[in-house]
Amino acid sequence: MSRRRVGLTGNEAVALAWKQIRPHVVAAYPITPATQIVERFSEYVAQGEVDTEFVAAESEHSALSACVGAAAAGARVLTATASQGLALMHEVLYIASGLRLPIVMNVANRALSAPINIHGDHSDTMGSRDAGWVQIYARSVQDAYDRTLLAVWVAERARLPVMVCLDGFTLTHSLEPLEVYPDEAVQTFLGEAPTDGYTLLGGEPITVGPLALPDSYMEFRRALAAAMERVPQVLEEGVRAFRAHFGQDLPSLVDARGTEDAEVALVVLGSYADAVEQAALRARVRGQRAGFVRVVTFRPFPTTPLREALGGVREVVVLERADTLSGLGGPLGVEVRAALYDLEVRPRFTDVIFGLGGRELRDEELDNLLRAGPPGGVVYLGVEGSRVLELA
Amino acid sequence: MATDWQALDRGPVIPGASSVAYRTGDWRQERPVLDLQRCVHCMLCWLYCPDSAIRVAAGRVVGVDYDHCKGCGVCAAVCPPRASAIRMVPEGAA
Amino acid sequence: MSLNLRELSQRAQGLAPGHRACAGCGFPVVVRLLFAVARRPLVVVNATGCMEVVTTLYPYSAWPVPYLHNAFENAAATASGVEAAVRALQRRGRLSSPPKVVAIGGDGGTYDIGLQSLSGALERGHEFLYICYNNEAYMNTGIQRSSATPQGARTTTSPVGRVLRGKVQPRKDLTEIVAAHGIPYVAQASISHWADLGRKLQKALEVSGPSFVNVLTPCQPGWDYPPEQLVEVARRAVESRYWPLYEVEGGRYRVTYVPREPVPVRAFLEMQGRFRHLLGDEEAVEALQRWVDANWERLRAREAKDH
Repeated sequence: MSRRRVGLTGNEAVALAWKQIRPHVVAAYPITPATQIVERFSEYVAQGEVDTEFVAAESEHSALSACVGAAAAGARVLTATASQGLALMHEVLYIASGLRLPIVMNVANRALSAPINIHGDHSDTMGSRDAGWVQIYARSVQDAYDRTLLAVWVAERARLPVMVCLDGFTLTHSLEPLEVYPDEAVQTFLGEAPTDGYTLLGGEPITVGPLALPDSYMEFRRALAAAMERVPQVLEEGVRAFRAHFGQDLPSLVDARGTEDAEVALVVLGSYADAVEQAALRARVRGQRAGFVRVVTFRPFPTTPLREALGGVREVVVLERADTLSGLGGPLGVEVRAALYDLEVRPRFTDVIFGLGGRELRDEELDNLLRAGPPGGVVYLGVEGSRVLELA
Repeated sequence: MATDWQALDRGPVIPGASSVAYRTGDWRQERPVLDLQRCVHCMLCWLYCPDSAIRVAAGRVVGVDYDHCKGCGVCAAVCPPRASAIRMVPEGAA
Repeated sequence: MSLNLRELSQRAQGLAPGHRACAGCGFPVVVRLLFAVARRPLVVVNATGCMEVVTTLYPYSAWPVPYLHNAFENAAATASGVEAAVRALQRRGRLSSPPKVVAIGGDGGTYDIGLQSLSGALERGHEFLYICYNNEAYMNTGIQRSSATPQGARTTTSPVGRVLRGKVQPRKDLTEIVAAHGIPYVAQASISHWADLGRKLQKALEVSGPSFVNVLTPCQPGWDYPPEQLVEVARRAVESRYWPLYEVEGGRYRVTYVPREPVPVRAFLEMQGRFRHLLGDEEAVEALQRWVDANWERLRAREAKDH
């Protein structure tokens, strides 16, 4: 297979993936820092490079609503948003998953108002973590491209919507080298969508989205939970197919390195994986046995691989770009702790909240944290003023 | 009457026109009685019946579907005075 | 186009029986006429509301055509997605007989919470018909005022008290707002004038581009009239010129029905419990009559400009 190597930003890479996916319908609304995905894709449509129906919606709520309509009608559907846009979609997120529609959405992670801020953190997607969407966080531009292609495969087989998250600006606007697969390879990889779902068009008339009262609602929700439970298996098959088609290995749930003998493990989500992995390596050079875990798929939560990776570790440090404002730290920390609760020997735990609203995380801050030893509790790293919140 | 959740993997999707299996006839307090001798087959009762309970065939009114008629009386009200082919009768009366 | 009920009755049934609409409900006739006049397969997108709730109670659906319910405020946006899918699938040879997309919402879902979604879909020019079954309040949730509720009407959120006597504000003119989008076909209709309604639905289905029909659809519990008087109460809305029947086709206005001897608006009001408190208040009734007359004159003047 002949690949091309080009330099693209995260947004451009996603738009290119979209063109290669050749969806039937894209319905989207511009929002920083996801705008260029839609801009670039509109150019492809205007130039006749892709024959997608592009619905330039008048809001994110309508964009996702149109995606629901199109997907229910049997179309392959993509969209993109960020931050306030995702918040505005919130209602429809639950409907998309409840109706079991394989919509794929790229989210350019960005902080939520107030105060308004256009820069990166994970507050937006963490706010929709229980909406029944698979959530995958990209590490690099290449990863955003690869996982956007993979997401379509997974969504159609799990019959669940998938968010592929890429950090605002650090990925969306960063130029990185990208290996581009040939269009035909993408088309063969994706093929025709499996037909085990339903479609509004064709066949006997069906009613999609009926009213379910207490005598039936819970069964539908249990079935949805079961669909999510099957996602790790679908993802495994997906990355195997991906490797077979593109010769590219993708970790499906978590990417753990050096945790076997680690005293301290650093857990992270998204594009700061590079910086955090480097910090773990520097710690090793200093003689501190540090491991690194990148959570790739946050929904469904990778409980089993995390327990495997962190089972013997004395000290776990979660580094994350969101807060629950509950006094328990950030959402990743809360869930990592929940996943480790049943271990016979539980590690000591520190939750580090950093990088809110695009605040940069400096290498020396990570090094100092590891040198001094994680303090436990919740740490607001890089904030002006007192940093540590004792966990209750 | 709940369905086992394991049978619901397709999502909340049901066959069209399936409501016919649900009977709303027991909502009725009065029943429309149709006099086919007087009926002019104008079809206004067919048109306006909210419950699709006026049975028609080949452009003619042929009867009332009492399994579903809720007894609202709209059919009798729209029946043209020159025909007056529908009377509302208390349920249980002859 | 002349419509014959005997023919229509042989062409299509309406909603399947067994739905849980109130006895004497107004909207099934709109759906029946829609199905009867359609010459293409239809796919229906329905906003949350009475119609959706009573026709799709799991595991039973009254819809004999493909049907999708998404949420309350997004029927038009959802329809635009279905329409985009129809186009795309047809272009790629995956759909032989493309259906017409019809979105249906109540006045709450159309005048109020769904207005943005409607406006966006109209502006984008999707090939779809939007039908508003307008019963002038949020009936599904128990009769709360909407922007379609007329001045003076009692609802549970515009109650009649010592200080306030029903809804303070006059209703919004949604048909005009829609017409301002410059779409190919806009109409206002009533269930009482079925042939007029049927013709309008037929035109709206066959026009190329977006179309909109605003149908006055009485609600028995909401308006509080004797249930069998469904058609009569709607007829008086039209005969009093409270609800003018007209269409805007390619920008040209045409009043499709001119009551020969218009009845006073009181004749419409007095049938309904929601206006009962007004009937003794001559000034309030006169104010409503003046509002009705002014609306009518404005419409006729607008029509005259086009002819």
